[in-house]
Amino acid sequence: MKMNLMLAGLLTSVTLVGGAAQAAELSIVSGDTGNGLAFLRSQLDRFEAETGHTVTVVPMPSSTTDQFGQYRLWLAAGNTDIDVYQTDVIWAPQLADQFLDLTEAAADIVDDHFPSIIESQTADGKLVALPAFTDAPALYYRTDLLEKHGKSVPATWTELEATAKEIMDAERAEGNSEIWGFVFQGNAYEGLTCDALEWVMSNGGGQIVEADGTISINNEQAAAAIDRAAGWVGTIAPEGVLAYMEEESRGVWQLGNAVFMRNWPYAYALSNGDDSAVKGKFDVAPLPAGDGEGARSAATLGGWNVAVSKYSPDPEAAIELAKFLASEEVQKERAIQQSNLPTIPSLYEDADVLAASPFMANWKAIFEQAVPRPSAPTKTNYNEVSSLFWSAVHDTLSGNGSAAENLEILEADLQDLKGDAW
Amino acid sequence: MATDAMAPVGTAATPKIRSELLQQRARAARWFLVPMLIALAIVAGWPLMRSIWFSFTDATLNDLYGAEWIGIGNYLRWQVLESGTVRYRGVLADPDWWNAVWNTVRFAFWSVLWETVLGMIVALVLNAEFRGRGIVRAAILIPWAIPTIVSARMWGWMLNDQFGIINDLGMKLGLLSAPVAWTASADTAMTAVLIVDIWKTTPFMALLILAGLQMIPKDIYEAAEIDGVHPVKQFFRITLPLVRPALMVAIIFRVLDALRIFDLIYVLTPNSRSTKTMSVLAQENLFQFNNFAEGSTQSTLLFLLIAIFTILYIWIGKVNFEGGDR
Repeated sequence: MKMNLMLAGLLTSVTLVGGAAQAAELSIVSGDTGNGLAFLRSQLDRFEAETGHTVTVVPMPSSTTDQFGQYRLWLAAGNTDIDVYQTDVIWAPQLADQFLDLTEAAADIVDDHFPSIIESQTADGKLVALPAFTDAPALYYRTDLLEKHGKSVPATWTELEATAKEIMDAERAEGNSEIWGFVFQGNAYEGLTCDALEWVMSNGGGQIVEADGTISINNEQAAAAIDRAAGWVGTIAPEGVLAYMEEESRGVWQLGNAVFMRNWPYAYALSNGDDSAVKGKFDVAPLPAGDGEGARSAATLGGWNVAVSKYSPDPEAAIELAKFLASEEVQKERAIQQSNLPTIPSLYEDADVLAASPFMANWKAIFEQAVPRPSAPTKTNYNEVSSLFWSAVHDTLSGNGSAAENLEILEADLQDLKGDAW
Repeated sequence: MATDAMAPVGTAATPKIRSELLQQRARAARWFLVPMLIALAIVAGWPLMRSIWFSFTDATLNDLYGAEWIGIGNYLRWQVLESGTVRYRGVLADPDWWNAVWNTVRFAFWSVLWETVLGMIVALVLNAEFRGRGIVRAAILIPWAIPTIVSARMWGWMLNDQFGIINDLGMKLGLLSAPVAWTASADTAMTAVLIVDIWKTTPFMALLILAGLQMIPKDIYEAAEIDGVHPVKQFFRITLPLVRPALMVAIIFRVLDALRIFDLIYVLTPNSRSTKTMSVLAQENLFQFNNFAEGSTQSTLLFLLIAIFTILYIWIGKVNFEGGDR
């Protein structure tokens, strides 16, 4: 066995030395939504022209849960077909073993990025992935409808509820039968964990599992926040929201059928596209705050990164590609065309970026106090923690038990999963 | 009369004289079977054995090759607390698992029942002689030919609460007062899955039954007609008994398929307790969570369940055949 490994290592290093200067054929996976794939392709074309390498994009489903399952499987099998992976911000601790350590390769650029993002992509001192963009969701609202009905942008969930209901009822009375008050991501998947974490956190209910590993979810403020959200389904939000992911909610919103939407910044550029019914009729604001002790506006920290597979036959070229995708120029293009938030602080003051996405000027502050999901304290168990959490929330939203009941069970389940330590 | 005709269908003539030539042919046949058996062992036997092995280990996807044997702990383990209370753990003590088993069995029962009834009706229609029968027979197979993922997506959009054509039609015809979120609501999600599955697999059922129907000699019906037997009685006394062997095979194919349902549910409905089946749960544990061993345990139990069902079905089915033959 040892002999074989040594032989394999020897062969690889020989190929490396031989192949370094030559053009490589690389593959990158992407679960981009909207026109993200076309954007990625345009950037890769530039990379190809600059380096002479060729890059194939392997499209993946947009659900992060689906992607993770597939990547997990490929990486466990030592798949050599994919060189570069686009990874969700929560994956680093779970997949750290399968990706190359980029600490050395990226030593010259890490200082350009927000330290908190670099930290989120570091597991056991190993830099697992380079940040491509960060994410903090926004409350999208219809400026025309708010103005028409003389309402201001809601600062709390209670205000949002009332405003949404009032505008929805008034619009429906005028014959706009398809309008809804609020759409969000209510399907049972990672996205619901993000949405529900915001409800709980903004209501002072903690962040499910705290940074020190304590399970904090079973508390009154958290239960109240989730119960309140359950009250939206079928009243200000369509019942189908229980099956919506990002794109489904954007579908309703972009047809002009929602007053408010909770979504990530990517929807900003798309909603301002020429085929959009809400073009020029909307704006974004920070998500509302809850009430009670410790209530504040809370945004779940999202974002995507690029990681290099340990099994890539051409790691040097793959690292080059990862660095390219995380570079300042690509991030700038991304911010302009895709309205994705850059991970490089200076870009938030860039004139071109602000001209395309004026909201970004305010977003640096929101991003800086964004709430991370508990992927760091729960380590390799994060997906199961998240799944237990979103199931408890989804059950509550679909009227299957009250939040207090479901959170009590959730706490016990999490305790079982945790055992002595995460 | 009908019972007389059944005799040759049930029993196959077995050769009693083992001549030299026959033995030689049997030996040659064995050699021809070898490549197929090897292929089966590689693509089915090996993965199966490995899954079963993993179910007795503490394997995780991050460290598949470092898996160590832990016995039956993944299936059931217990711990006696100081107060004397016994605490059971493992898949067999997991309510989520039993919920998934119940979902699967419920799904299999209703889908196969409807597919059999509808498949029979379709087969009877297709068995009649009419112009353009060939085209209709080909056309009816289309739902079966569409990959499940594609049909699940297609139906997902048709059942969508905002843009779906089904809600639109229902509203315009006055059948629905408000759009229904078919796949999202826990009450209708299983029904939605059943509708799509029945739509998709009825043609398969119809085709197998049709093949059985065509085996029935026409003269039996002619004789029955001369005797003045009512068509309904003809169906229950002639058609049904004679098509039974084909029907039994068709049902077992469908049940085996239904018990391992994954793709349709995974794509069509949210990942909630109301529709999660054994395969969906196993996939989740295997690939999403860090529970490869537990997922293997669930796969193994699913395999056992299907195996037991098949054996029982064949066994009980056979008893009935013999009873019918007198």
